[in-house]
This record gives sequence, structure tokens and C-alpha cells, in this order.
Amino acid sequence: MSITTIIRPKKTFSLNDLRELWQYRELLYFFTWRDLKVRYKQTAIGAAWAILQPFITMVIFSVFFGKLAQVPSDGVPYPIFVYTGLLFWQFFSSALSDTANVLIGNQSIITKVYFPRLILPVSGVITKFVDFTISSLILVGLMAYYGYMPHLMGFLLVPILLLMTFAASVGGGLVLAAINVKYRDVRYALPFFIQILLFITPVIYPASIAGKWSWLLAFNPMTGVIQSARAILLGTTILNWNLLGLSSIVCLVVLVVGVIYFKRVERYFADIL
Amino acid sequence: MEPIIEIKNIGKKYNIRHYQGGYVALRDVLATILKSPFKFAKKKVKSVVGIGTKEEFWALKGVNFNIQPGEIVGIIGRNGAGKSTLLKILTGITPPTTGEIKMQGRVASLLEVGTGFHPELTGRENIFLNGAILGMTRREIARNFDSIVEFAEIEKFLDTPVKYYSSGMYVRLAFSVAAHMEPDILLVDEVLAVGDAEFQKKCLGKMEEVTKKQGRTILFVSHNLGAIKRLCKKTVLLEKGEVKMFDNTEKVINYYSNNSELSSVTTFKHEPDKEAQVTKISIRNKDGRYETKIPVTESFSIDIEYEISRPAKNAVLSVMFYADGDILLLSSESDKDAKLRDYLPGKYKTTVEVPASLFNVGIYYFDTRFHRPGIELIDHKQNINFEITDAENNPQSIIFNSNHMGKIATILDYKTEKTN
Repeated sequence: MSITTIIRPKKTFSLNDLRELWQYRELLYFFTWRDLKVRYKQTAIGAAWAILQPFITMVIFSVFFGKLAQVPSDGVPYPIFVYTGLLFWQFFSSALSDTANVLIGNQSIITKVYFPRLILPVSGVITKFVDFTISSLILVGLMAYYGYMPHLMGFLLVPILLLMTFAASVGGGLVLAAINVKYRDVRYALPFFIQILLFITPVIYPASIAGKWSWLLAFNPMTGVIQSARAILLGTTILNWNLLGLSSIVCLVVLVVGVIYFKRVERYFADIL
Repeated sequence: MEPIIEIKNIGKKYNIRHYQGGYVALRDVLATILKSPFKFAKKKVKSVVGIGTKEEFWALKGVNFNIQPGEIVGIIGRNGAGKSTLLKILTGITPPTTGEIKMQGRVASLLEVGTGFHPELTGRENIFLNGAILGMTRREIARNFDSIVEFAEIEKFLDTPVKYYSSGMYVRLAFSVAAHMEPDILLVDEVLAVGDAEFQKKCLGKMEEVTKKQGRTILFVSHNLGAIKRLCKKTVLLEKGEVKMFDNTEKVINYYSNNSELSSVTTFKHEPDKEAQVTKISIRNKDGRYETKIPVTESFSIDIEYEISRPAKNAVLSVMFYADGDILLLSSESDKDAKLRDYLPGKYKTTVEVPASLFNVGIYYFDTRFHRPGIELIDHKQNINFEITDAENNPQSIIFNSNHMGKIATILDYKTEKTN
């Protein structure tokens, strides 16, 4: 039987933490299950909302940016161009803001029960991933409509892109969540920053629009994800491995920094919340 | 035998910071940096190097004791003695500042009943969710499912969202799930102070069954000395963050009842997210001075200050007086018009006048609760002590040589006439 629990003032990040996450995997399941159940129970159009949101955004962007403003779209029809970007962007931004608020949102549980706090952001992102899969159906539809067939190799890269998005959103979200516990007004500024982020990510426009400065955009991890997604699925450009590489390194760094910072301050959440 | 819980030199320090509005706003911090960068830098250096004023508060200091497997140990102490802090550290919710704890086996804690219940989910779904949060595996929950439903008496409402439950049902379900936990070590914090008297009896019974039958080790924090006496063989007395005594329950409770430092004003920590809560209780003598020792021939008053954050309907503030040994002397459920009130949000103060010659010489304590009688307990503050002292002109003392018998001091009217 014997699990021995030792409680000490200083806790260093160790392999024990990974074992602990595995120990609490059922709780992770339940949190995700809870979020999904509640999400799809509350709105009658719960599942439809996952589709409607990006779809309507695409329509509006296509009309104003694509048609009227004549924003270039790398040689493919604007709607599918922007939708590919929107798909990954929605996953990223919703996962980011969800993670940032997950501690405050669950403060009643955190102050009463012990479980590795990392479970909460992870369950949030899984919920958003479910949304992603549902809204990717539209992409499938659009590709069929415009007659695009993705490369088989490309398909294999999509999971990598998803992992990168996961890393960037969870990493950033963890830092924000931890800061939010101490400085409660952070979450009010968050929507503004996400808006800004949208404009410095090549969702609405192609990265090529920045010309010789497009390497700057590459520091935004989502740039690599979105450009590569477009390259793979739509053949807009040849896959830029350098860009993808740079972006994935940034994603990894964001994730690691996020987890380390979070773990350092997580023990004090219950005191502050 | 190897102890199942070893607590060595545990201390917990809090830095007291005073903020406006209850939390730190990043924009305020930024504004401070911009307005006076040097002052901010100086303060930061001071705090890093360790000089400067920092209000520190040691909630626990040098706590040492061991628990053997199968023991049921109570933890008592006044409000603010550090009981809940100790339990939070044992649970792992907050880290200790000093010391080390070793525990063998599965540890589960019950700091609150109904943790994690989601109003949109049904009773059935919440049983699984709450059970998982409490640390039960899916299989354990499924195995105990029927028993949980039966204990909570909610068979008919299993598939209705919990937001439609009455508070009584909610509490019963929440406790029922918790009562079916199967850990090696169970840490319980005052959760018996929920629900009506009927339900409390049932919960106590279930806890007894759970502990005696299955040889579980239990740490039980409570103000309810009766429950402690009933369940715990040994008890720890915490006073101002230190272990004052760890011995047989009877001994500890006697010491506690006879030696509690009396304080005439008790303030309570603000808890977030409560519909209503008592913030301050003060005892004043007939001249209006804050006092805890009142002569038996004098009246005194109790001021209860409380805050209502959401409109509370059909609620009432009650006060219950106890003599030591947990004898309920007087339960004052409402005032003369015996009406339940609807409270609008705001701050309130209720003054309870206690007449002279009601309680006899001795030490007493009272609880106050803000509740919907028989339905729901909203806030509960326990164990406020006061002492009734002898007075010179007390007729009883004069005749009986200060041999104060009985708890009630009312002087009855004797009319004597010679009948032959």
C-alpha cells in the first residue's frame, strides 16, 4: 500500500511532479468532462457555437478585408485563406484566455482540495481542442468546395502544429494565470492584448505583406503555425522549415517558462485566492 | 509502532500586507513605479535584503506531534488558534514555512462540503465530479454510488440539475459523497456545522461508523466539543499557533473550558463568496464598556456585527448559550415578533440584551448563527466566551456561601405564609 506523502516548505520541480500528474489523471478527465458538459448544456446552440463563431468571422473578414480592402491572400481564395488562419487562431486565443482565468474561476476548489494545479489549464485546453475539431469540419467543407487536396505528408504535420499551439497557449496562459492571482486586474486587460495579438499574427493578411520585415513576425509563435498550416493544406507557399523551426522553438520556450513560473508560485495560490 | 502522521516543527508565517480594495492591482503597482521610481526601487531592495517594516504573523509555530494508525484525534482551539491553517498544510493546499510532515497512505480531506459542485450538472453527475475532486477513483464512486444516493435521500432527484435542489438536499448530497471516502488518513474541518440538527446527528453517526468499523486515522478539527468528546480519544489543543496540550480528550477539554482566555471583542476573517457573514462580536457590560467578566447581578449586551452581500430572504440571526460540557442553556432564535426577515445587502449590527441574574456564576460560551431555520446554515461563529462573576449583593452567594449551584440565576419569588 504505502504511499508516503512528505510535506516540506521548499519544493523543487522534480520527476515526482510528473508522477503526480499521472496519479491525478482521473481528475483531469473529470474536469474536462465537466467543462464540456457544462459548455454544451448551457447553450442550446452549444456545439453550433463552435462552428458559428469562426464561420461568421470568416464571412465578415472576407467581405471587408478580402473583397473591399483587397488584402492579398497568397493566391488562394480569401475565405479559405482566412479560415485556415482563424481556425488555429481561435484555438490559440480561446485556450490562452481560458487558461489565464482558470485559477480565479476555480478558486473555491483550489482553496479547499489538493491536486496538482497544472491539471486545470490542461483540461481547459482540451475543451478548446474539442471546439477546434468541430470547427475544422468547416475547413473540410471549404476545401471540398474550392477543390483543395492536402498533401499526405502535410497531414502528418498538423498534429505538430496543434502541439505548438497547445504549447504557446498553455505556456502563455500559465504565466497570465499566475500573475492574475496576485494582480486581479490583469484579466481585464487581457481581451485587449489578445486583440492586438490578432493583428500582429498573419491571420487576416499573409506574412509576405511585411516584405523584408516578415522575419519579425516569425517571433510570434503562431505565425509559424498558421503559415505552415496554409502551406500544407492549401499549398500557398512551400513549407518554410526555418520559419516553422523558429516558431516551434519559441513555443517550447514559452511553455517551459510558463510551467516553471507557474510551479514556483502555485504553492501560494491558496494563500492569496 | 510507526506513527502514521509525523508532524515536526511545523510553522506557518504570513506577511500581512494592506491593500485598498482587497487585492493588488497591477495598474496601481505600475503607477507607483512611474510616479516615484526611486522610492519603489528602494522599497524593493529593502524587501529583498530584509530590512524595513513587514508585518509578519506566525499562524503556527513549532507544532510537533505524532499520530498512530487508527487514532481519532481532535484538534480544538479558539478562533484564530491555527487549526484550519494546520489542516490546510496537512492537506497540501498551502506550504509550511518551517518543518516537515510525513504521512503514510492515502490522505483525503474534507474542508468543505460540496466542493466543486456545479449547479448545471445533475445530482448523478455531481456525485462523480465531487467524488473525483475528493480523491475517489471512478470505480470507487461507482461502487458506492447506491449507498451515496440512499444516505442523501435524493433518489427521485438524481437526474435534475443541482441548481434546482433545496439547500437541505444540496448539503445532504455533498456530505453523503464525502462520507463515502475511503482514505487511510482523513482530515476533517468543522464540516459538521452544516445542515439542521437532524442531519448533524446523522452525519455524526455516519462518521462514528466510518471510523470505528474501518480503523481509519482521523484528524478532526471542530468547535463542537460534544462531537469531539464522542469521536476522539485524544485531542490537540492549539493556542495562538502552538500546541498547548496533546492528551486524552477529557483532560484537554477540561483544561480548555477552564482556561480559555476571554476576549471581549472577536473579529472574524472575511471569507469571500458568502451570502452573509458575522464580522465582529463584542460583549459590553451595563455601562457600555467592553468586558468579558460580568457580575451576576448585572445585565450585559452582545453586539453582533455582520455583513450581507447578497439579498437574503427568510433568514434570522440566532444566539445559543452553552455551559461547559456542551449543555445548551438558551437558544434564542429570534426576537419578540418571531418573524423571519428578508435582508438587503449591507452591514448590520444586532444587539442582544441579556438580563441580569439569568446565568449563574461560571464560564459560558455562545454560538451565533445566521440561518434559515431548519433549512440552511449560512454562517456560524462558535465559542465566544464570557464569564459571570460573583457580586457582593448576590442573594444566592450570601445564603449559600458562594456555592453557586445551577446555571440559572433567576431569583424566584418565594411567598411564605403560615397555614395553621
